[in-house]
Amino acid sequence: MIAIIDYGVGNLYSLSHSLTSLGIENVVTRDEAVIDRADKLILPGVGAFGDARRKLADTGMDRALLKKAREGTPLLGICLGMQLLFEKSYEYGEHPGLSLIQGEICPLEKDIPKGMKVPHIGWNPLVFTGESPLLKYIRPGDSVYYVHSFYAKGAGKAVKAASEYHVMVPGLVQKDRVYGTQFHPEKSGPVGLQILRAFGEV
Amino acid sequence: MVAKRIIPCLDVRDGRVVKGTNFEGIQDVADPVEMAKYYNDTGADELVFYDITASFENRGLFTDILLRTAAQVFIPLTVGGAINDVSDFERVLSCGADKVSVNSGAIRDPSLIDRAARRYGDQCVVLSMDVKRVDGAFRIFAKGGRVDTGLDALDWAHEGQERGAGELVVNSIDTDGVKRGFDLEMLAEMAKRVTIPIIASGGAGCMEDFKTLFTQVPQVDAGLAASIFHRKEVPLPQLKRYLAAQGIPMRILREGEEQ
Repeated sequence: MIAIIDYGVGNLYSLSHSLTSLGIENVVTRDEAVIDRADKLILPGVGAFGDARRKLADTGMDRALLKKAREGTPLLGICLGMQLLFEKSYEYGEHPGLSLIQGEICPLEKDIPKGMKVPHIGWNPLVFTGESPLLKYIRPGDSVYYVHSFYAKGAGKAVKAASEYHVMVPGLVQKDRVYGTQFHPEKSGPVGLQILRAFGEV
Repeated sequence: MVAKRIIPCLDVRDGRVVKGTNFEGIQDVADPVEMAKYYNDTGADELVFYDITASFENRGLFTDILLRTAAQVFIPLTVGGAINDVSDFERVLSCGADKVSVNSGAIRDPSLIDRAARRYGDQCVVLSMDVKRVDGAFRIFAKGGRVDTGLDALDWAHEGQERGAGELVVNSIDTDGVKRGFDLEMLAEMAKRVTIPIIASGGAGCMEDFKTLFTQVPQVDAGLAASIFHRKEVPLPQLKRYLAAQGIPMRILREGEEQ
């Protein structure tokens, strides 16, 4: 059973349905007992980092999640959920993250030429930069769907796949059993479903 | 490198897709859920649903369609039509939409863009506009393109961006339905005024029109069309393979993925 953590940000409907379509049992929840029993966790999220971090704390979901992650339960952060796994973000100020993966979340705007569009919206092919079980069913060059204005820097070897947007944007990161995708696998057609399928099998 | 997007648009009235359709392998050619699934499976990069339901009573029919679509479609879904307030954003987002398109509602009250962007993020707010030439200028028309608002289209696009719109859908009334190509002149002017992604709409009649769009106005991010896809005058998978062969960055489904 995968627990999709509901802390009041974003639409979890399509994420839950994409897992269901793969035959993967899942539940959208903020019940700590349910989270505690789950084999795997997904931390979704859209919106602003600071606001989401506050909601995670207010709902007590951060503690529940960190406890499980420390026990070795596989965790997948998606989009803002991935960004929250890092140490710190510079979105509207400076906010501490969950520090499960080394690195910082920085504005794309400062690192790309003027005139290039922010947010980075659309389908962008993946280059593989490392090995991860989540890449098992997909191939280099497969495209995934991104929507974001901030990106991870300093993630080093945790970056397993990236997409070029003047800079190399970390698309898929992994540190032990903590995984993250900057793109939305639940919106990335068959390729995205294959990534979720692989997460279901780790 | 971000791929150019190809986006079919489904106009839904009282639970049915309007504009003629000609599908093989689909039981009910006017069922929006079936059609959305077909596009999902054949490589559409995104879908747009416009709710043009005439009566309030049938609005529930539309949200039911959204719920059923979101259960089977795993590409981004934009929903527009009858979006007049932040509560309308909530209504469609809670049914599985990823982005919400505003048009007349934002003309009536431009602060709708700000309020929605603050609440759901810029990426969620798509400003859709119907543009027509009047006395040598580009003007915004409202009410499905019937009423001249007097607003300058380029100024309005810029204002929309400043207020927090994350993307623009620019529909040219002058070229819409004519099938002789997108409104390149207007789109090029628009691209000079905004930095957010532009989705071009109105005028596509053949595959070459998309190639011309992306090569002549490279700032345009996506091409949107309705009946030429629905009627298969321009079959979507073929269009994408053709554009890729022309050197335009495209997302192409691998063998076996296309269903």
